[in-house]
Amino acid sequence: MHKPPVDPALPGRRLGRFGLFLAQFMVLVLFAALAARLWYLQVPMAEHYRELAVSNHHQELVVPATRGQILDSSGRTVVSNKTELMVSADYHELQGMPDGGEAVLSDLSEVLEVPLEELQQRMRLCGPEVQRPCWPGSPYQPVTLAEDVAGPVALQVMERAEEFPGITAQAQAVREYPYGEHAGQMLGYLQPVTQEELEAREELRTQFTGIDQVGRDGLEAVYDKELRGRAGLRTLGVNNHGEIMDVISERLPEAGTHLVTHMDMNVQKVAERALAKGMERARPRYRADSGAAVVLDVTNGGVVAMASLPTYDPAIWEGGIDQETFDSMLSEEAGEPLLSRAVQGTYPPGSTFKVSSLSAAVENGYSLRSTYACPGSVSLAGQSYENYAGAGQGSITLKQAIIASCNTVFYNFGYQMWKQDGGLHPDGEPEEAMAEMARGYGFGSPTGVDLPYETGGRIPDREWKRTFWEETRETNCSRAEKGYPEVAETDPSRAAYLKRLAHEHCVQGFEWRANEAVSFAIGQGDVLVSPLQLASAYAAIANGGTLYEPRVAKAMVAADGSRVEPVEPSVKGELPVSDKTISYLQEALTEVPKTGTAGGAFGGFPQDRVSIAGKTGSADAQGRQVSSWFASYAPADDPQYAIVVLVSQGGTGGATSAPIAREIYEGIYGFSSSGNAEDVEQGEPLLPDGRPHSELPVVRPDGSIETLEP
Amino acid sequence: MITNMGGPPRRRHDLGRALTTAAGGARRLDWVLISSVLALGVIGSLLVWSATLPGDGGDPLESVDHLLRHLAHLGVAWTVCLLVAALDYRTVRAYAPIAYVATLVALVLVLTPLGAVINGSRGWIVLGGFQFQPSELAKVGLILVLATLLGEPRDGETRPMTRDVLFCLLVTAVPLGLVMFQPDLGTGLILCVIFLGMLTLSGAPLVWVAGMAVAGAAGVFCVWWFDLLEPYQVDRIATLVDPAADPQGAGYNSAQALIAVGSGGFEGTGLFHGEQTHGRFVPEQHTDFIFTVAGEELGFIGAVSVIALFTVVLWRILRIARGCDQPYPRLLCVGVASWFGFQTFVNIGMGLGMLPVTGLPLPFVSYGGTAILANMLAVGLVLGVNSRDRGFEF
Repeated sequence: MHKPPVDPALPGRRLGRFGLFLAQFMVLVLFAALAARLWYLQVPMAEHYRELAVSNHHQELVVPATRGQILDSSGRTVVSNKTELMVSADYHELQGMPDGGEAVLSDLSEVLEVPLEELQQRMRLCGPEVQRPCWPGSPYQPVTLAEDVAGPVALQVMERAEEFPGITAQAQAVREYPYGEHAGQMLGYLQPVTQEELEAREELRTQFTGIDQVGRDGLEAVYDKELRGRAGLRTLGVNNHGEIMDVISERLPEAGTHLVTHMDMNVQKVAERALAKGMERARPRYRADSGAAVVLDVTNGGVVAMASLPTYDPAIWEGGIDQETFDSMLSEEAGEPLLSRAVQGTYPPGSTFKVSSLSAAVENGYSLRSTYACPGSVSLAGQSYENYAGAGQGSITLKQAIIASCNTVFYNFGYQMWKQDGGLHPDGEPEEAMAEMARGYGFGSPTGVDLPYETGGRIPDREWKRTFWEETRETNCSRAEKGYPEVAETDPSRAAYLKRLAHEHCVQGFEWRANEAVSFAIGQGDVLVSPLQLASAYAAIANGGTLYEPRVAKAMVAADGSRVEPVEPSVKGELPVSDKTISYLQEALTEVPKTGTAGGAFGGFPQDRVSIAGKTGSADAQGRQVSSWFASYAPADDPQYAIVVLVSQGGTGGATSAPIAREIYEGIYGFSSSGNAEDVEQGEPLLPDGRPHSELPVVRPDGSIETLEP
Repeated sequence: MITNMGGPPRRRHDLGRALTTAAGGARRLDWVLISSVLALGVIGSLLVWSATLPGDGGDPLESVDHLLRHLAHLGVAWTVCLLVAALDYRTVRAYAPIAYVATLVALVLVLTPLGAVINGSRGWIVLGGFQFQPSELAKVGLILVLATLLGEPRDGETRPMTRDVLFCLLVTAVPLGLVMFQPDLGTGLILCVIFLGMLTLSGAPLVWVAGMAVAGAAGVFCVWWFDLLEPYQVDRIATLVDPAADPQGAGYNSAQALIAVGSGGFEGTGLFHGEQTHGRFVPEQHTDFIFTVAGEELGFIGAVSVIALFTVVLWRILRIARGCDQPYPRLLCVGVASWFGFQTFVNIGMGLGMLPVTGLPLPFVSYGGTAILANMLAVGLVLGVNSRDRGFEF
């Protein structure tokens, strides 16, 4: 090799040589460091970054499922879905415009006649700092700018697509109520999902789209999961601008199942109309502020109709209810129409409760064959108790005691059984036979109906009294000491009375006293029941002693009819009463609408064709007018329906409620009434032969529903 | 020392003669260096092609606009490279001051209405649909003039003296100031590194070398202390510590780059199949962030090959430098190696989340005509040195 002569003394060269070796070494070290870092990222950490990559460019889009319909037993649509035109915007497309879509929104605001500002607010994504109006959903879903748009307006938007890039007008599903106000409380309504609901329900969380609604009351709430179906899921590949590049996977939504109920909307309408008319008749003598009517199928606990007045049209919930309407829905002036009196209302049952008291007496040794004194008044434990209207009946059978609704017979039973338990100071465990029997009839606990917020009512006894005393003692004792100075200013004698009462409650409030036991026997005092509880109890008497959990739902049917799942009746228990007592009660109740307290109300009713059994009730409550009850079932010889009618502050049972029940029976059996037996005409019954449908309406594979002919 | 080279210099100054000896010189070209640079160019073309495909997939053959332009850039650059390689470096040296002054003029023109702002930096001259970046050429100009100044000690001196160092400092400061005025922090850093690298290996007094290093560190400190950096530059450094801290802000680039590289794994997704690349999640992925495309689509195997090719390129350049008897050609190679080494390390380090985001392209690989031309010009200079000044062989 030729080497040019070099002057080795050149310092630059020596230094250069050494420095260049160093530089080459540095290159190796630095680039090896890069390679090591590359290895770390791509081998041990690869999985981590792959996951990040997937969340980067995969967007999941939830496709909501069509909510199932609610049908009555013959297949009539009670709640369905309708489509409404709405205008929506593609969030990303508008954001991508040079002016952020302002020009488009401004044109749109003229067409929709909505201020531009509002549209811009609705385009914002909701967040911790962005208050409504804003878009609560995902930016990958069309952002709703206007709901329930008129057809011509929507058409304008669709036809001028090139003027409105990123804007679409399309149909959207909303709930529809063809029967308006009928059965409003039972059906319930939908409202947007709350954070709490999202946290509590997993299926909501995994399918949440940001605009979901859930059933908030009634059947919509109880059967929300079934009606909701299963949302579909589309996984989209997107780029850094959020533009959709392809569909990676797709799971189609499964429509919610239809809910077939035991309800018959014709009976429901008749019940509501009869109730409204009956309440109107009771006025102005009585306030008749609210009322309920329950029609149960005694053979399985099916709820054929359930009316509660005042009612409302669930359609008000659509498109977001404003605060003012919502407040009025809960206000007392408006009669609290959201409240179902049948399920959530509690009232003293009055004489309708005597079936329980009679059962308690008989099961505790009082003979069905004996006769019992029915004086005009009785004096028990130093206090006098009067019969209704003060009339005495002499010595009567228990049957007559039911038919004529003799209170004094039951006062005696109540007092005697209280004494048996040791009166004020029981030794050992008292039997509480009256309260035990009431519980056996299903009172004091929810019936288990498939509706939300059901009340349990109240069956008071010694234990309840003690608990109540313990809870209120502090207040009572302080009042006993300090008195009622604020009342004394205007009414010193009332203040003195209240102070005495407070003292009594403070010292002796735990005692279950004779007068309470006596009131209990005729369904007064602290006894409270709901109309549904009473209906369920009378249905049990009618069917020979089986207490069913009432059911509104009859079957779940898939949207294409492929699956039919009947909702089986559920037995809550058997009445703790012998068959003999039950048939004795049945005989007594059968007589009431003929010769007894409801005889007048059923005058002219063709009892030879359909015999009615029932019991009136007129219950007092402090500071309120008498509440009117009629509890019944029919036909007496082959029971099918139990009907209970309540009119709060509506007068006596025989005068107000029995005629309402009569009208419902007439509707079911197709009698047109004129008040005279000979004139009764057999019209078209609401239900074929007066029996509920045994078969279910058919849902065809194409989704259409075959209604059963009445 | 000049007389040690095969002939009187005045004969070499003849351009025509120089070209006629090119055939003889070709035998002495560094073919390892050439093939490594060529390989990087080929890989770069494929990556640029993939990185510029439209997002919705489709046939790569239908969107070749960027690829064709890139290939055209490469063609021009390679031609220039081979022409320069054929020239005697002493001829080039004679023109060094002219080249340097020309780049200064271009850097000034950038600041006139002829200049255009691209990506926040006034670094471009646009002339009749043609745009180029003078700061890229300034790197070459600076290397040439510094090699001349440091590599030619005056009579009686064997190495650069304080006077030379001070003059070099001035020579560097002028383009540095113009570049920072754009502002282009990346190129500014490169100019400093070229100066420091060449000064270190020039044989200049060690006290000067150490002093410059200290001054450089002090400069960085001052920049930080007196808030001389643009806010976005501070953000870029801050997010380097934790790219996930603000994924949609300044850390977005870093975070997305890591995702792209990391998700490629050992084998990569295959060319044209990178989901991150085609979703355009990494910004500037055909220029500054081209390495992330290699990371995602070619995987560890491909990306580490790119790193290896750069190692070979630098090794060879430094090897040529070691072979030089004369300070001028050696410093030429040192300047080029400092430039390529620093720029490559910073670019890849940025793609791997090790270094802050500075807008520097990856030599030979990134899309960009002026950058590639400058790179190949530098390679041509090195090749020219190699074919004429080989003192020894490995």
